[in-house]
Amino acid sequence: MGAGRLYGAVAAGGFRRYATYRAATAAGVFTNTVFGLILVYTYLALWDEKPHLGGYDQAQAITYVWVGQALLSTLAIGGGGVEDELMERIRTGDIAIDLYRPADLQLWWLSADLGRALFQLMGRGVIPFVFGALFFPVALPSDAGTWAAFLVAVLLAMLVGFGIRFLVGLSAFWLLDGTGVAHAAWITGFFCSGMVLPLNVFPGAIGDVVRTLPWSSLLQAPADVLLGQADPWGVFLFQAAWAAALLALGRLVQSTATRRVVVQGG
Amino acid sequence: MRAYRMIAAMWIRSTMAYRTSFVMTTVANFTATALDFVTILLMFSRVDALGGYSLPEIAFLYGLSSTAFGLADLVIGSMERLGRRVRDGTFDTLLVRPAPVLAQLAADRFALRRLGRVTQGSLVLGYALTAVDIEWTPLKLLLMPVMVISGAAIFSAVFVAGAAFQFAAQDASEVQNAFTYGGTTLLQYPPTVFAKDLVRGVTFVLPLAFVNWLPATYVLGLPYPLRLPQWTAFTSPLVAVGCCALAGVAWRAGLRAYRSTGS
Repeated sequence: MGAGRLYGAVAAGGFRRYATYRAATAAGVFTNTVFGLILVYTYLALWDEKPHLGGYDQAQAITYVWVGQALLSTLAIGGGGVEDELMERIRTGDIAIDLYRPADLQLWWLSADLGRALFQLMGRGVIPFVFGALFFPVALPSDAGTWAAFLVAVLLAMLVGFGIRFLVGLSAFWLLDGTGVAHAAWITGFFCSGMVLPLNVFPGAIGDVVRTLPWSSLLQAPADVLLGQADPWGVFLFQAAWAAALLALGRLVQSTATRRVVVQGG
Repeated sequence: MRAYRMIAAMWIRSTMAYRTSFVMTTVANFTATALDFVTILLMFSRVDALGGYSLPEIAFLYGLSSTAFGLADLVIGSMERLGRRVRDGTFDTLLVRPAPVLAQLAADRFALRRLGRVTQGSLVLGYALTAVDIEWTPLKLLLMPVMVISGAAIFSAVFVAGAAFQFAAQDASEVQNAFTYGGTTLLQYPPTVFAKDLVRGVTFVLPLAFVNWLPATYVLGLPYPLRLPQWTAFTSPLVAVGCCALAGVAWRAGLRAYRSTGS
């Protein structure tokens, strides 16, 4: 089996695995829609008070909310990605079995996570987005090019998102129980990705800082591409640079961590 | 109650086995909930009012909602794991133990880290009370603790009802999040922000508005977006009792209809 086919199969497995839980997906769609609604009304009040806040008009702000709800579980910004399982396998020692496999640990989990993300985008992301577009005045691009650029930005966001969460997962090699790190990571992700408030609304220096951090690749970057607020090529470059840096760091930590593994006999 | 206390104590001991992780999760829990408020602060760095409410007034709503929800979450928040237990069959072990199932389930994985949310909510409420301009009367003072306790009871009822729903829809636990976490987020913002129909829904259908919106607008002396007589501000305890009774009925119905997954 070629390496490409192997990882393709892992990704397909990740996709199918999440596709099995239909009730959970429907429940997730419902929850994302409810949270989207709450956010939309607060944003409407905010933009009523100050039109063109952060360079968005009201329709753009509403669109931003629904892009966020579509990407929340796709990018596992609030948790729920493969890192949970990775940590569990490290804690229980099952990771030793993974290390025996003739496959690269990072690529294996990346493939599984991409499969998961793709399903979450289609299964959980699209419906709240369509709901938002139907019932609220949104600002959507009419040319296919912008949509294509948006999808590229989402794909790069998946890489960056995995890069961050793989590092979170590997922390379990040192801490055993990675719950704390995972919690800390999702809070940071929530805040710094623009999930709670678009990053261009953040005041002054805080805004400048969060925009340079990797998390801004997750929501702010794709949203700005879709809303025509940023040059797509610049955004791609930014995201790709963070993806490469995080994946390289993950590889480094992985090789350090796996040297620590001691298989207990039995 | 005794069963609840014992199971809760056991989980506290077990959490303390990984002390670093416990400290981190508690801090994270505190920070996570604080970030909601930081978001509001960020909004107010750009505007002076939201839906006609000033920052201290929103902090007042926020503190009440967050404290009430935090208490409910601390005591009974583990109920949301019911769906998982039904799926993997471990729910059956609870049925054969000589203790009330509801108590066992509520204490299951009792998480002391949830004190983080209660602490954060009370701090914001404390700030609001010093900053907001209220003409205090004995009635308003009395309403404060009544609000928090009734609010916690209403949220607890939502947790129990959500768990009962999970008997039917086994892996749909996220629907519950929309009402619990979604509910508290909604109540952190002024009722004037939301569409009238949404306000009607959380007043008359799922009466979350009685957690803080209705009593708090009375305390603040602000109008409620729906025309309701003033005495409704004092009905939170009644609504709470009603919600708990209904949730109890739902729970018993769910439990009776439960059939093990078998294998």
